[in-house]
Amino acid sequence: MKTYDLVVIGAGPAGLAAATEAAKAGLSVALLDEQTAPGGQIYRGIETAGAHRTAILGKDYAEGRDLAASFRASGADYMPGALVWNIGTDRVVEYSGNGSSHRIGSKAILSATGALERPMPIPGWTLPGVTTAGALQILLKAAGIVQEDALIVGSGPLLWLLAAQMVDAGCPPRAVVENLPKGRMTAAARHLARAMRAREYLVKGVLLMRKVRAAGVPVHRHATELAIEGETSATALTFMARGKAHRIESASIALHQGVVPNQQVTRLMRADHVWDASQHCFRPKLDGSGQTSVPGLYVAGDGAGIGGARAAAMQGRLVALAIAGKQDERASRLSAALAREGAVRPLLETLYAPAPEVLAPADTTIVCRCEEITAGTVRRTVDLGAPGPNQIKSMLRTGMGPCQGRVCGLAVAAIIAARKGEDPQVTDYYRIRPPLKPIPLLELASFGDMAAE
Amino acid sequence: MTGRLHPDRHADLLVIGGGIHGCSAALHAAIRGMSVIVLEKDSVGRHASGVNAGGVRRLGRNYAEVPISDYSMQIWYRIADFLDDDCGFQIAPQIKVAESDKELETLARRAADLNAMGFTHEVILSRDELRAHLPAVSDHAVGGLGSLTDGFAQPYKTTFAFQRKAQSHGVRFHEGCGATEVRRKGDWIVDTAEGTFRAPHLLNAAGAWAGALAERLGERAPVEGIAPMMLVTNRLPHFCDAVVGATRRPLSFKQMPNGTVVIGGGRRGRADANANLSEILFRELRLTAETACDLFPIMRGANIIRSWSGVEARMPDDIPVIGPSARHEGLFHAFGFSAHGFQMGPGVGDIMAGLIATGGTNAPIAPFSIQRFAA
Repeated sequence: MKTYDLVVIGAGPAGLAAATEAAKAGLSVALLDEQTAPGGQIYRGIETAGAHRTAILGKDYAEGRDLAASFRASGADYMPGALVWNIGTDRVVEYSGNGSSHRIGSKAILSATGALERPMPIPGWTLPGVTTAGALQILLKAAGIVQEDALIVGSGPLLWLLAAQMVDAGCPPRAVVENLPKGRMTAAARHLARAMRAREYLVKGVLLMRKVRAAGVPVHRHATELAIEGETSATALTFMARGKAHRIESASIALHQGVVPNQQVTRLMRADHVWDASQHCFRPKLDGSGQTSVPGLYVAGDGAGIGGARAAAMQGRLVALAIAGKQDERASRLSAALAREGAVRPLLETLYAPAPEVLAPADTTIVCRCEEITAGTVRRTVDLGAPGPNQIKSMLRTGMGPCQGRVCGLAVAAIIAARKGEDPQVTDYYRIRPPLKPIPLLELASFGDMAAE
Repeated sequence: MTGRLHPDRHADLLVIGGGIHGCSAALHAAIRGMSVIVLEKDSVGRHASGVNAGGVRRLGRNYAEVPISDYSMQIWYRIADFLDDDCGFQIAPQIKVAESDKELETLARRAADLNAMGFTHEVILSRDELRAHLPAVSDHAVGGLGSLTDGFAQPYKTTFAFQRKAQSHGVRFHEGCGATEVRRKGDWIVDTAEGTFRAPHLLNAAGAWAGALAERLGERAPVEGIAPMMLVTNRLPHFCDAVVGATRRPLSFKQMPNGTVVIGGGRRGRADANANLSEILFRELRLTAETACDLFPIMRGANIIRSWSGVEARMPDDIPVIGPSARHEGLFHAFGFSAHGFQMGPGVGDIMAGLIATGGTNAPIAPFSIQRFAA
């Protein structure tokens, strides 16, 4: 078994930058990534997107090219198509690739597994035809496919970015239905002065919204009581807005309610996590160098708390420099730039905090889609005396399906916390068990042999 | 506070350990009219009782365990009425598959032994009978040994149901409340972060942590913390109604009502009882995966979507410690079930409650005396 100074998981901006920086500093580095090419979700398809697609996806997307190119030239071992499914307490990384499973050792691990879309459990969200804004954007980045007549529903920067990209692709959405509660603009305004330090994000946001409206896309704001109709698949979205009931027919509905850190790796390794009340999610507790409470396990990028692609690359570099023991002047410059990047976050987080009805789904709404468990069932089991997410999981199988809790985890934890009147930090979260991704039983049957090599 | 009697912390019986054995004994003692307090260092069902494979199995037990396992089975048959919760219990055959004639002979000898002891629940299955129960079994299987009215249940749901039923009989549970000091001064006195508890009777049902407690009280009990490992597959078409084991190779195998298959047996992960941790060692699971694929060819297309492990208590001779202390009056032990204690929970709880309340029992518990480890 080969052992590296640093194993990086994830080839998004944080992972690419960290692997590049660490290799340059002389460390032996392996980067494992699920996808077949570098870029992560944000820069997906960056090496193969032609001029037309790049123009649609925008200037920020094109920034990923340099990251990927530098990484390719860095000398780090690159293992694309590698599904990391377990990491031991001995920091041995077990992963699946090319039809068999493998192990590599590490002195340090950087989890750069980014963000996941926050689940948006509304009535009907599990019907076929309902997807997420992120999923539609992946189609666009990876295959140049644009969903026709899609209804884009929810809130967050990605909602508007996707809508604008669809406009540019000549295939505008049927409508944008935003569920931001009223009064959010006013609440967010107090962070405006600070956000002006990173004003290009604000300008960009305004331009995106303007572009969508200019294209004639109907925009409904402050929508509440969102529900998706359909027997066997989605047929329409119903909601209240401006005191009126609305119904928009569409067989393709993309939901989005912001993104949250992907905790699977850090939870698997039993790192301490803290509840981030501003981002409404858990993030791993990190020291100044990006190290978790588990020695040798580091996190950079959105997995450490949502900060966006540029911040992710900076964090990746900083963590790599820290691991390589190069806390030089460049590191302090990077830290200053990172602080400036973060200036826009308080405004965004206040503006785009998840809507109350998403955090507290109706009793009849499914929250765990793998096992089809409703919010009401979770609440009743809390009332019975089940003390927390792991007991709810044991009782109801929430989080035991193929998604391993990725989709339902935050929703279930929030429902339990609210029902018990507890701080989410106290309620905490599922214990995450391996494998992080499904592996064929037959692959496991030959795994021991591989490991002995 | 020490020495002052706090009415909320005084009872007829203190139980240390909120697993299925502690909860069951507490419930049975309360039914007999005793006041009971359960002290649990984590949360009820957190360890072995919540994370075992859920087999309700008489099949294949150590001969010494057979009578009490059979007694416990009778409680399982009425568990829904007893606990007001179905516990996910379903009657199902438990079957050990024989992969060769030689293995089948071994199984036949066992069935004959049990018959001689007066137990008829284990029966030899011919090649055809095996297939009547397990249509998906591999061609090479020659027969088996079955206990056709055993079953399976949901471990955490069951333990939680015992807790709630016990609470309805007045049992008080203190979770997150580990015993820091245990001593005897007339009554048994147990110090915890929540204060001092006292009772004339003390039951040590502390699972993987029970050995340390016994040794603190001067009784040797070499408990080893082990971490059995379980794998869970994606949902497969319904193909198996029985809980299946192999004869020579370690395996426990069952398809759940929702179609997922739980595979375990034998191989162990890394257990660290002091840190409350267990870890799955996938490289140890190669043979388990191979055995499952060999016995059920349909498994060659399955994916593992989940695994779990937990800390369980194992004794060197793989049978539990059940009975009174050999050293102290008013002290009782029920621990060390060596990864097969779940099925015995209902029955042993009843036996312990009787023993504590009356000072005696008809149950044949002599083989389980803690005395067997005395230096």
